Amino acid sequence: MATLVDKSKVPWWVSNLIVPLINLILALFVSGLFIFIAGENPIQAVKLIIYGSFGYIEGFAYTLYYTTNFIFTGLAFAVAFHCRLFNIGGEGQAYLGGLGVFLVAFHLGFLPLPIVWLLAIAGSALFGAAWAFIPAYLQAYRGSHVVITTIMFNFIASALMVYLLVDVIRDTNQMGPQTASVAKELWFPMFKDIAQFFGIKIRYSPLNISFFLAIIVSFLVWFLIWRTKWGYEMRAVGHNTRAAVYAGISPNRNIIIAMLISGALAGMLGVNEILGVHHRVIVNFPAGYGFTGIAVALMGRNHPIGIFLGAFLFGILYQGGSEVTFDMPNISRYMFVAVQGVIILFSGALENLFRPQIESFFVKRLNEEKVV
Amino acid sequence: MEFMSDIVSLLSATLRISTPLIFAAMAGLFAERSGVIDFGLEGKMLAAAFVAATGAYFLGSPWFGLILAIVCCVSLSLLHGFASVTHKGDQVVSCVAINILMIGLTTALAAAWFGEEGLTPTLNDDQRFFEINLPFADALRPIPILGTIYSDIISGHYIFVYIAYILVPIVYWVVFKTSFGLRLRAVGENPSAVDTAGIGVYATRYKALMINGVLVAFAGAYLSTAINANFFREMSAGRGYLALAALIFGKWHPKTALLACLLFGFTDALQIRLQGVELPIIGVIPVQFIQAIPYVLTVVLLAGFVGKAIAPRAIGQPYIKEG
Amino acid sequence: MVSPILELSNINKSFGHVQANKEVSLAINKGTIHGIIGENGAGKSTLMSIVYGFYQADSGTISINGNIVNLKSPRDSIESGIGMVHQHFMLVENFSVLENIILGFEGEIVFGKKLDEAKKNLLNLCETYKLNIDLNSIISDLSVGFRQRVEILKALYRGAEILILDEPTGVLTPQEVDELFKILRSLQQEGKTIVLITHKLNEIMDLTSNVTVMRQGEIAGHKKTQLTNKEELAEMMVGRSVLLRINKSPLKKGDVVFRVNNLQVKDDLDVLRVKNVNFEINEGEILGLAGVTGNGQTELLEALSGIRKVESGEIQLFEETISDKNNFLNPKDLKEKGLAHVPEDRQRMGLITNFKANENLIFGYHHQQPFSKSSVLVESEILSYSKKVMNDYDVRPQAPNLITSNFSGGNQQKIILSRELNKNPKVLLVGQPTRGVDIGAIEFIHQRLIDMRDKGAAILLVSVELEEVLSLSDRIVVMFDGKIVGEKVNQNVTDREIGLLMAGIS
Repeated sequence: MATLVDKSKVPWWVSNLIVPLINLILALFVSGLFIFIAGENPIQAVKLIIYGSFGYIEGFAYTLYYTTNFIFTGLAFAVAFHCRLFNIGGEGQAYLGGLGVFLVAFHLGFLPLPIVWLLAIAGSALFGAAWAFIPAYLQAYRGSHVVITTIMFNFIASALMVYLLVDVIRDTNQMGPQTASVAKELWFPMFKDIAQFFGIKIRYSPLNISFFLAIIVSFLVWFLIWRTKWGYEMRAVGHNTRAAVYAGISPNRNIIIAMLISGALAGMLGVNEILGVHHRVIVNFPAGYGFTGIAVALMGRNHPIGIFLGAFLFGILYQGGSEVTFDMPNISRYMFVAVQGVIILFSGALENLFRPQIESFFVKRLNEEKVV
Repeated sequence: MEFMSDIVSLLSATLRISTPLIFAAMAGLFAERSGVIDFGLEGKMLAAAFVAATGAYFLGSPWFGLILAIVCCVSLSLLHGFASVTHKGDQVVSCVAINILMIGLTTALAAAWFGEEGLTPTLNDDQRFFEINLPFADALRPIPILGTIYSDIISGHYIFVYIAYILVPIVYWVVFKTSFGLRLRAVGENPSAVDTAGIGVYATRYKALMINGVLVAFAGAYLSTAINANFFREMSAGRGYLALAALIFGKWHPKTALLACLLFGFTDALQIRLQGVELPIIGVIPVQFIQAIPYVLTVVLLAGFVGKAIAPRAIGQPYIKEG
Repeated sequence: MVSPILELSNINKSFGHVQANKEVSLAINKGTIHGIIGENGAGKSTLMSIVYGFYQADSGTISINGNIVNLKSPRDSIESGIGMVHQHFMLVENFSVLENIILGFEGEIVFGKKLDEAKKNLLNLCETYKLNIDLNSIISDLSVGFRQRVEILKALYRGAEILILDEPTGVLTPQEVDELFKILRSLQQEGKTIVLITHKLNEIMDLTSNVTVMRQGEIAGHKKTQLTNKEELAEMMVGRSVLLRINKSPLKKGDVVFRVNNLQVKDDLDVLRVKNVNFEINEGEILGLAGVTGNGQTELLEALSGIRKVESGEIQLFEETISDKNNFLNPKDLKEKGLAHVPEDRQRMGLITNFKANENLIFGYHHQQPFSKSSVLVESEILSYSKKVMNDYDVRPQAPNLITSNFSGGNQQKIILSRELNKNPKVLLVGQPTRGVDIGAIEFIHQRLIDMRDKGAAILLVSVELEEVLSLSDRIVVMFDGKIVGEKVNQNVTDREIGLLMAGIS
């Protein structure tokens, strides 16, 4: 039996920094084993990852580009999770969000610049939220488990988008199923261009000003969850539905609000991908970023600062990982999907594996210091 | 006459397509009846598919592949138990972890061992299960209706199909007619009642999870060593979730869950049959819509018809002793 | 000369920093009914859970018939002849009686011959002890009294020689209590030993031959029941003489502010639990609602506070209908109108135990000024407010940022009370205000309720502790089977009178 620790004596940094850090180290260690099983040298892989993500400026820019995507999808998962909802439909919501961005940029492109951008961001949020609405409604009023319905909505989104890209909004001048490009004036400024403005010449990377949008949105989410009555009510529903009802807080209403915000945040991935990178909708552009958001959020303990760190870590893994897949024939990008799974396992499901031992260790240590 | 043969092939396909759903739903039944949520069927099925195909390829027999798949799935179920039963971690998070881990690891290892596409090598006839013609199938075919049903619908499937349909009554019998079944159901409803009767709550849940692993391994092995001859990435294609939806729609009961699996199987068979077919009035439905039918059906069933599906009362909650 | 069948010596048990049992020694004689009495949290249940093998003692020994036994799990205890009827029944609700009883003692892998044998044995046991239970009925269809009999039958089937009952009467009507006592006496006559855990003095005096008093985890003394009396036992339980009546000023009754007309309420399973209830509360008055647990009080309180829809009838606050068949105001609106509610279930309803204390101190008022301005929470206001009320209500520790689950039961209750009283509500609904609360806090809470009354609030006090209702109320109504079965002005009313009403005998 685990030793009981007096929780009130555990310093916040032990439960919120040390324990997650140890869990992360364990997860990375297990991931190293997988790389070993796949027939490659884990140490060498780590070196490649660090070089790929930090070693040169374009590599670092790529890292931040991935970070941007993971911030959006991590925040998306976290907001729903504060209301105890498992929105694993970020993938589909992001896909639809991209459609929203495209439709605004393509059809309202005649409007002055910052307004189109704002409308495009709103479009991404609106479409992402709309795609989350049905699972949200069914969870609230019919008790259909949101894990199953959001997964199904990922499949349905995929079918719907392929249909649209093939038959409805396809650019007939193109070979593949993709839309026409949005007007060049509407493209988000790239990091490369900004650097050039300051006289620094670097090569292409997909990093663009969406990164700042992600930072602003992180702050807004933090404010929403901890500084507004809406966030307070969502957390209340997430922790204890009966108590929420007692306090006059409607669980159903909050389930829907949380899922809509979550869907909207996932949809904003489309801003980075469409206005920033592809400038058109292409098949399966969310490419698993929606799922990665789950690992990012759980690792970051659903707090925007933690999510930023988690997103950055996954940015490193993705960008450094592409270096690894390039240099190590036995490692495919799916290896880094497996790493996400391991991180979810250790940071989420097994988060209490060593918590009691670590906490009691520190409580004892700190008490000894006080006595001395 | 063509209509008749359509019906026959549709029903035959229904049996074939329902099979992995049935194994997975029965696997889920054991876990969930014991109070442990199992969204992880998808990942375990995928793992089993990969391990079975790889095992069959290296060891030369699909049976060895199946055994390895069982070992693999039981280990994953035990991992789920370790996280969510022993360490009282969040059951849904643990399942999501297993699913994502397996989506990644299976394809990553396939790519590492067999080349970039992430496929396992195509199995030859020795390494793969074959279809079984039931006795007298050819002799009985001319008999109207009954002969057709026996020879063209029931006969000619992989052994998994027959095991699946024999499995359902066995599951019913175990769950409702044995002492293990009684304890299993009790631990999912009121674990304290089981604990105070001097039976281990954890032990009962672990046993249920081990059975869960064995059964879901059959679902995965069927995908990669019977109806297909290799593993390819994400080949489970949501079947784990469909099976779980069938279990919920079937109110955690083997017989009704079987019917729900057959419904899904039939819809999927129909979906395949309808692709590119010109229907009266509607015309040709875009293939993407047809492919989405099983997923839409899942949502509709969960939303509309389940009503108050009474889940095992203690599901999703870790057992904590209270005096 | 009777020999002890069960003997405990120097039992110690702690949970974290709380020592639940300290050097407990106790001997129980064969064929007797032995009472163990003590306040909530005195360590009675923990001690018996150790005897039942549910918990293991940190130190000390247990002997049965003079032999030291090592009870590592309930299984060991059951095999040593110990049976236990828990306070919360350990039954699977959608199982039949038979399935519940054989659970864990099936005797065969596949049901068959042993099942038939079990049925026969159970029918014999039912006959012998006049338990009158249908083995095929499903638990959820049985009344609480019958469920308890199933628990007793279960213990007997498993061969119990010593039967421990933990607070068996808390959920029973007085008639059911009589039935239970009859069964227990006949068990005793058949040679069984019975251990009765309770905090009710009457039960000890009625039923037992020996009594052990526990206080704060320790033995406060052993007595022969014949040689003691209630007053002595009460003093031993509490550690000082008990103040039974609280000093309160004379009633200054104002206008009727809260009225309930022909109210009917259903529970979650669609069963009518409140039947045609009528009452009113005046300003400056405490109306006590007495009754045995499960007679509709919970559903009534939930309907009155806007949590539960009413089936028919109406609820009026200041002559305005706040709830009827078609509409009801939710708790948020009711708070705005000056109605506050201290719920019965502190942990599951009154608080969010994972929230910080300051977040719980504004729970339900979080959207109001000054805590919230245009939907934004004002941290500084919340913090200074929290510090102030935690000081006023002596909540310990005074740490507004501490997670609420780290506070003791009494301090959690003070958090709720301070929150609900602080806005000076006109009407206050209070459910079980002192359940699981230590004695010091009980007096504090009672005094606060009296103060509210003196300030002119109309208070509805729902409590299953008759003592509490009698000492605080100006007027008492009694609820039985969903109906109000009597009303008394609280002057020279005896607990006997109210007790009869609670039993449905009018």
